[in-house]
Amino acid sequence: MSIENTKVQNLISSSTKSSSLWRDAWIRLRANRLAALSLFFFVLVSILTIIGPEIISTSYDEQDLNNTFAAPGSTHLFGTDNLGRDLFARVLHGGRISLAVGFLATAVSLIIGVAYGMTSGYLGGKMDALMMRIVDILYSLPFTIFVILLMVLFGRNFVLLFIAIGAVEWLTMARITRGQTLSLKQAEFIESARALGYSHKRILFRHILPNLIGPVIVYATLTVPAVMLLEAVLSFLGLGVQAPMSSWGSLIKEGSEKMDIAPWLIFFPGLFFSLTLLALNFLGDGLRDALDPKSAKD
Amino acid sequence: MVKFILVRILQAIPTLFLIATLTFFMTRMAPGGPFDSEKNIPDEIKEKLEAHFGLDKPLHEQFILYINNLLQGDLGPSFKYMGWDVSELIAKAFPVSAQLGILSLCIALLMGLPAGIIAALRKNSSYDYFLMISAMLGICLPTFVLGPLLILIFSSWLGWLPPLGWYSFSDMILPSLTLGLFYAAYIARLTRAGMLETLNQDYIRTARAKGASPIRVVLCHALKGGLLPVVTFLGPAFAGLISGSFIIESIFFIPGLGRFFVTAAFNRDYTMVLGTVLFYACLIIILNLVVDIIQASLDPKSRGR
Repeated sequence: MSIENTKVQNLISSSTKSSSLWRDAWIRLRANRLAALSLFFFVLVSILTIIGPEIISTSYDEQDLNNTFAAPGSTHLFGTDNLGRDLFARVLHGGRISLAVGFLATAVSLIIGVAYGMTSGYLGGKMDALMMRIVDILYSLPFTIFVILLMVLFGRNFVLLFIAIGAVEWLTMARITRGQTLSLKQAEFIESARALGYSHKRILFRHILPNLIGPVIVYATLTVPAVMLLEAVLSFLGLGVQAPMSSWGSLIKEGSEKMDIAPWLIFFPGLFFSLTLLALNFLGDGLRDALDPKSAKD
Repeated sequence: MVKFILVRILQAIPTLFLIATLTFFMTRMAPGGPFDSEKNIPDEIKEKLEAHFGLDKPLHEQFILYINNLLQGDLGPSFKYMGWDVSELIAKAFPVSAQLGILSLCIALLMGLPAGIIAALRKNSSYDYFLMISAMLGICLPTFVLGPLLILIFSSWLGWLPPLGWYSFSDMILPSLTLGLFYAAYIARLTRAGMLETLNQDYIRTARAKGASPIRVVLCHALKGGLLPVVTFLGPAFAGLISGSFIIESIFFIPGLGRFFVTAAFNRDYTMVLGTVLFYACLIIILNLVVDIIQASLDPKSRGR
């Protein structure tokens, strides 16, 4: 069944819960071994970081000064740091923060980007040209520099971190949404919705938005690792979360300072961070192929 | 072409003005001032210092004054490095960052292009899989993990290369490698995709049918089209190399502009922060323009835009 057909069916049965587009995509995603493995790994890491800190006996900020720089072993799975804190607990807790930043900031960028792109594409004409011109100008700003500047000037503020990162990442999302909206606007089903006299609001939210979900999900999956990387960069420069809290970025920073005596301090956070980024990137690629077989590579 | 360049330069002016305004008010709105951190400094001296740098005037007057000086090409004196102008400081620190960036870019191109071409020519072979999995690893291993790991292996364990500093050529190897590997990996992926697409084109079949040697087909016919995505990527890559060097400079203790910038922001050195941001913005705009020109000369289709 071609994707156009499934899309039309999806539209017809938009009130029912399951739709063949999603079932098809799911089947295709599962068939992609790398993406399926990534999904499995990612779910595993998420579960570990969400419930892990609650069930393990040691806390991330518990110090044991008699047992500093202990090598990985049976009591401390990943070893301990300079204050005798259990690295396993800190990696799990840090992952929680890193993933939370990744998802929340992506959500911020998603809301801004989709709203902006949809408005611009739907309005079209001069307004669209103006709104996209603004995006172009913002694109040419050295944003990483601004984020760093913002964090240095106003201190380590968690809310500000989300806003700053979200403000950087929404631009591409807006461009993608706008392009999709522009082409959807020409589609026959939108024309018929207009002919039926539906309001702009109804057309936007009931007809255009559901059809944007595919590309938006794909791009969001790729935004999460980008955001996590940016957070880690800020943490590495000493601008992220504050000790004794940890994120993967700040753990890597601490580890890199002490790696001569205790290489495991950089190895485990680095491993978790890199593997999670890798899994999210593979998952994003897999989702793109699954949701839009036309764009499949090669 | 000349018109295109002129339009782009004209467009850059409002962008730069916007950046200057944003940064100016952002730095001033931030808590703290340039002379707050200095201990044991009597109030009279502090007032004198502030008067000397015009910090006692109302904010909008300061802004107009700054923009006025800026239009004459004057970035003003640094508040923290007494007796130094911001432009002098940039001129001192930037060559180091530029050296790092150029070396990294060379590494990225020298490793990424051949890897991508080989992977495309031997599609779905074990070479292809090996190269592309390495590339994915390279993309996901962040510089601040890779950098310390390279130091650990090549300095602490093997003792081959110095872990920090920026004096001799051997100092430059590890930092450039750390920064370059990520871009090498990205370029390899882009080159592979671009080459695969080009190799399927009719004109490649024509070239092959004419009896051109495989090397000639790749180097003279396919490469030009296959490299387009790489050239498009070079614009953002330059911007990334610049901001990426912040991390590298702090890992390897390199006295480049990135470190100056972060220190200046911590110290509330207003003019230094503004000057550096504007300098970076100009650099990115110019580099993007150069990339667009190269792109237009490679791809006739994009010339009309």
